[in-house]
Amino acid sequence: MATPTGTPVSTSTTWGSTTGFSTQSPRELVHADVLLRVAGLSKDFPVRLGVRARGVLSAVDNVSFAVRAGTTVGIVGESGCGKSTTARLILGLIEPDRGSIEFEGVDIRTLDRVQRRAVKRNMQMVFQDPYSALNPRMSVGASIAFPMAVHGMPRKEQRERTAMLLQQVGLHPNHASYYPHQMSGGQRQRVNIARALALEPRLVIADEAVSALDKSVQAQVLNLLTDLQERLGLTYLFISHDLNVVQYVADRVIVMYLGQVVEDCPSDELYARPLHPYTQALLASIPDIDPDRPAPAGLEGDVPSPLNPPSGCRFRTRCPAAMAVCGEERPELLEAEPGHLVACHLFDRASPARAAPEPAQGVAMANA
Amino acid sequence: MVAITTPTRAKRPADETLVAPRSYLGEVRVRFMTKRAGVGALGVLAVIAVTAVAAPLLTPHDPLAGRATERLLPIGAAGHLLGTDEQGRDMLTRLLYAGRLSLVTGTMPVLIATILGTAIGATAGYLRGPLGAVLMRSMDMLYAFPAVMLAIAVAASLGPGVNNSILAISIVFIPPIARVAEAATRRVVLLEYIEAARLSGASTARIIVSQVLANIFNPIFVYASGLVGLSIVIASGLSFLGLGAAPPTPEWGYMLNSLRGAIYTQPWVAVLPGLFIFATSMACNVVSDALRDALDVKDA
Repeated sequence: MATPTGTPVSTSTTWGSTTGFSTQSPRELVHADVLLRVAGLSKDFPVRLGVRARGVLSAVDNVSFAVRAGTTVGIVGESGCGKSTTARLILGLIEPDRGSIEFEGVDIRTLDRVQRRAVKRNMQMVFQDPYSALNPRMSVGASIAFPMAVHGMPRKEQRERTAMLLQQVGLHPNHASYYPHQMSGGQRQRVNIARALALEPRLVIADEAVSALDKSVQAQVLNLLTDLQERLGLTYLFISHDLNVVQYVADRVIVMYLGQVVEDCPSDELYARPLHPYTQALLASIPDIDPDRPAPAGLEGDVPSPLNPPSGCRFRTRCPAAMAVCGEERPELLEAEPGHLVACHLFDRASPARAAPEPAQGVAMANA
Repeated sequence: MVAITTPTRAKRPADETLVAPRSYLGEVRVRFMTKRAGVGALGVLAVIAVTAVAAPLLTPHDPLAGRATERLLPIGAAGHLLGTDEQGRDMLTRLLYAGRLSLVTGTMPVLIATILGTAIGATAGYLRGPLGAVLMRSMDMLYAFPAVMLAIAVAASLGPGVNNSILAISIVFIPPIARVAEAATRRVVLLEYIEAARLSGASTARIIVSQVLANIFNPIFVYASGLVGLSIVIASGLSFLGLGAAPPTPEWGYMLNSLRGAIYTQPWVAVLPGLFIFATSMACNVVSDALRDALDVKDA
C-alpha cells in the first residue's frame, strides 16, 4: 500500500511529467471527505413557443448535494426531472446559469480553461446508449485510447493501458481491434466503462448506464461497476430511473422531481422510511411479481410542464398531502432527521405547516 | 491515481486467441462485389481509364494530325475502326485521348469541392451559431444559381482553359457538398460519443477531425461520387461552348461541337463523343449507387 499523502490530488496537477498518470494507491482516498459538492445549481433553457413567444424551461432548479469520496450516490426520478441535465452541468457539457460545483473543495466555475481541463480529467461519464456512445468508425481500442492521446500519452503506453483496461472490464485485449457493431450491447457498455476509466478519473458519472441492457447483462455490468469501485477507489454518481438498480448500488440516494431535489438520504433509509410524499409514491409504484401485493396506486395526473412549474412546492399539484402553504412557499431542503434531507412542508418545523396534522400521520394518509 | 499492472480478477473470455473479425472496409468490399450493376459499371470506368492512359499503345494514329483525303469516313472504314472526323483524324484515337482530359475534369472538381465543402459544412454543422449561419447562407447564395449557368458564368469570367473550367465546376459543387456535410454533422454531434470526446478535453478542431469526419464521410462520398458524371457533362458542356479545352486538344464536348456539322453526313460518327460522355457519367452514377448500399454496413 502506498503511504497516504493526506491531501487529495491538487487541481494544479501537472500533466507534463512523462504521462501525467500517477501511481498512487486508490485506497487512500476511499474514506476521505466530500469529493463533489454541488450548491444551488440551476439551468434554464430558453425555448421558442411560437413565432414570437419565448419561454424558459426550468430544467434544473437550485440543486444541492454532496458526494463523499469512495461512495456511490444515486439520483432517481422520472424522465425529464433533470437528472441527466444535472450530470451534464457537473461535467461542464452544459454551462450552468447559477450555482457552484466544487470538486475537492475547488469551485470549478472559478477556474480558467487550463485549470478546468486539469480538474475535469478527474470526472468522466459512462453513457446510457451503448450504441451511440461509441464512434462506429473507430475501433474499440482507438476509442479507449482517444482520451489518453488527447492528454499526450505516448502511443506505446496507450496500447498497454488500453489492453489493461479491456481486461479490467472483462474483455480480451484483442477486442481492441473490434468495431462497435461487432460487439454485443453488454460488451459495448464494458468498452464504454473502459473509456471512462482511461484517464484514471476519481468521479464517474453513470447516466442510465445499464438502462439499455437486458436484465441479466445489467447485473453483470452493475457487478463490474461495484467491483471496479472497490479496486480503484472510484466515486460514482449513479443516475437511473430504476429504483431497484439504485438500491443495489447506491450508498445514498437523491430523489429529484421537476428539476429539484425533494429528498436526499442514505439508501437503506430511503427504501425503509421514505419521507417525501413523492418518494413514497415512487417506491409504491415499483412493479412486483408478488401476486398478493396490491397493484401500485400511482399518482394522479402528469408531471406539470417545466415551462410553467407550480408555485411553491412543485409537487403540490399531485401531492395527496398538499396544504395551503405548499402553494405559497417553496419548501427548503432541510434535515428532517440526522442525515435525512427532505424538501417538504410536512417536515419543516419552522413552517406554518406545524399547525397541520402530525407529519407521520399526514404521510400515512398520503400513502393510504 | 492508480495504475493497476497486475492481471485482474475480471473474467476473461475462454478464447485466449481471440481474432478480429473482418474490418469495415473488408465488409464494404464484399458487399460491393454482390452488386452486379455496380461491378459492371466499375469495369466500364476501369476500361475507359486504362484505355485513356494507355492510348498511345493502343492506336497507331496521332490524335492531332489528320489527312484531308480521309475526312468523315464511316464507322468500320479500313484503318479507322470508328471512322474519322471532319479533319480526317482517327475518331477512336481522339476519343481515347479525350478520356484523359475527361478523367481530370470529372474527378478534380469533385475532389476540390469535396475537401472545401466538407471543411465548410463540418465547421458550420459543429459550431452552428452565427459563424455557422454565415457560412451556410453564403453557400445558399451560390446554390441559388442553376449549376450549369453558374459554371458558365464563372468560366466565362475566368476565361477559357481547362484549369479555369475545373475551378468553375469546383465552385459549383462546393455548396451542395457543404450542405450534405452540414446536415450529416448536425446528426453526428448529437450522439454521445461526441460528448465523450468533449469530456476527454479534446479541442473542437480535434473532435471534428478525429470523431466527426469519419462519420460524415459516407453520405459525402456517395453524393460526391454521383457528381463525377455531372462534372464530366458540365466540363464537356463548357468546352462545347468554347470555354473549356482549347482546340485541337481532343475533348469529348469539343468534339461533339465540331462534329455538329457532320450530323447529316455521318450521324453515327458525330454521336460517338456523346456516347462516351453518356457511358462515363452513367457508369459513375451506377457505381455511386452501389457504393451507397455497400457503405451502409451497420451503424452508418
